[in-house]
Amino acid sequence: MSMNTQGRPTAAGDAGESFRPKTFTGNRGLDMEEPLIFEVGSLENCGVDLDEGDLPEFELGGHARRAEIGLPGLAEPEAMRHYVRLSRNNYAIDAGLYPLGSCTMKHNPRLNEKMARLPGFADVHPLQPVSSVPGAIELIDELAHWLMVSTGTHAVAMSPKAGAHGELCGMMAIKAAHTAAGRSPEIVLVPESAHGTNPATAALLGYKVVSIDAKDDGTVDLEALKTTIAEHTGNIAGIMLTNPNTCGLFERDIKEIADRIHEAGGFFYCDGANFNAIVGKARPGDLGVDAMHINLHKTFSTPHGGGGPGSGPVVLSDKLAPFAPLPFIRKTDDGLELVETEAATNDGEQPFGRMTAFQGQMGMYVRALSYMMSHGSDGLRQASEDAVLNANYVRVGLQDLMSLPFGERPCMHEVLFDDSFLKDTCVTTLDFAKAMIDEGYHPMTMYFPLVVHGAMLIEPTESESRASLDLFVATMRDLVMSAKRGETQRFSGAPYLAPRRRLDETGAARKPVLKWTEPEPAQVTPEAAE
Amino acid sequence: MTTYYSKDHEWISVEGGTATIGITAYAQEQLGDVVYVELPDAGKALSQGDEAAVVESVKAASEVYAPIDGEVTEANDVLADEPAKVNEDPEGAAWFIKMTVGNEGQLADLMDEAAYKAYIETL
Repeated sequence: MSMNTQGRPTAAGDAGESFRPKTFTGNRGLDMEEPLIFEVGSLENCGVDLDEGDLPEFELGGHARRAEIGLPGLAEPEAMRHYVRLSRNNYAIDAGLYPLGSCTMKHNPRLNEKMARLPGFADVHPLQPVSSVPGAIELIDELAHWLMVSTGTHAVAMSPKAGAHGELCGMMAIKAAHTAAGRSPEIVLVPESAHGTNPATAALLGYKVVSIDAKDDGTVDLEALKTTIAEHTGNIAGIMLTNPNTCGLFERDIKEIADRIHEAGGFFYCDGANFNAIVGKARPGDLGVDAMHINLHKTFSTPHGGGGPGSGPVVLSDKLAPFAPLPFIRKTDDGLELVETEAATNDGEQPFGRMTAFQGQMGMYVRALSYMMSHGSDGLRQASEDAVLNANYVRVGLQDLMSLPFGERPCMHEVLFDDSFLKDTCVTTLDFAKAMIDEGYHPMTMYFPLVVHGAMLIEPTESESRASLDLFVATMRDLVMSAKRGETQRFSGAPYLAPRRRLDETGAARKPVLKWTEPEPAQVTPEAAE
Repeated sequence: MTTYYSKDHEWISVEGGTATIGITAYAQEQLGDVVYVELPDAGKALSQGDEAAVVESVKAASEVYAPIDGEVTEANDVLADEPAKVNEDPEGAAWFIKMTVGNEGQLADLMDEAAYKAYIETL
């Protein structure tokens, strides 16, 4: 053991050290035990100097506050510390490999951040006159252009705020197209391998969802699809299909599926959440897709999860283009025009309505375009190829120890294992995931997709180096062998080393505590008490 | 009283003209701790294969499909407040719905207990 000049150990951890101090504060060194902000702050304190002033109450009508609302006051350094301490318990893509399949946690290049912070983009307000933001309008149009080019489509609705919102937008355009043609079909087909939000979107619009079985190889059963189409002739609004699908497999029959749906009078909605696996390799428009959302926060590297809002523009085929929602940008001889109202529409423009108050996630548009421009078409293609290569590198590194539900065939950007390799080990997928936390990894997606028992869906993304993947594969192999050797304690009690141990997910779902309850009765102002 | 089982892991107990429907012990074990159950209102007409109820666990949300045609006569509303009952007594007190038997012929396509046991062995 290495020692400092005073003979004290310098190595981290408890190597050779059996003593672990029970600390007075509850902190474990730099791992801070941080209470809720309501418990840190005090109702009597105020973090800033505010002029008490005489607020004329009459201006608030009947809305004057009747009681203290009990917000805790903290000085600026206290508030700062609270959030910085909490942030240290966070796991982020900037901290390590984040293999959350289907969620695509890829690196967010810092150049994007720099561009988004340019005052001309960062400081625009959605209510300022359109004439004062031609640059912002041009940027949205430029991004829209490249989204259409990369997908081989004719229009794009930019405003949806994330994937499921984009799905809703695409399906509303499909519904509007049917309505405009005097049709009112009732059924939307959703294969088992689709994302979970797909049937939810269809149901939200009042469609009846009919599920299409998957084949043994994890892709859509074309024969089952044909049978179902025949059963519901004339009543099919469309299909919602995810490609590459949620088993990480490319739907090879996609063109045939598109043709069958079109023949049946339906539209083809493709869930584009996994577009990051095929950018620069295949254009959804060429495959017969009528509508597809693009998760800028996945495919085009804008921040994701706690880091920033999502953004889910929807590309549309020429048949659906007229129904794109407001607002949209129209190209005229005099330049770009922002169309914001029904009254401003021309013949042939039949927007189904509006999905957002303003133009959408401007900050994400800047980042996504920055990513596209800095990578170029060759760079974007390479990102897709590397994402697929990395997933297959993980697959090959683990397939002898873990179990692939659909055989040893190449996957796309994510690799799906089932839990049959854990059979008779008394270790579940959940236990295994928790043990990954002790190893310093965010767990992969678990128990999804449902078509696979005890699913573990791993998406390393293109931004991981070979060294990083090697360490991940080695860690997973160590965990699997440990489980197979019967070292159940490592799993059943995991995580041992996280700030919190196993959470009571069942209790949280059955009896959720959604509100902090003040220990003492709320303070009532003298005026209100009277 | 005869009890039938479906491939979607529902049990159907028929007595007189009424079928009582719930999920099997195997199903609750696969789902894990059940945290939410959504049931249809009495009077709802169901066709075989229609979504009759939703059961949500810490792992997943799943649909419970109507194993036969019929009309819902009663839902076990206790489950809304005490979803844990589904884990405790899935094939007894935690029944989901009672419905009329709209088409007796459909019962013949379901499994008996022995066949269901053999079926889950294959999974």
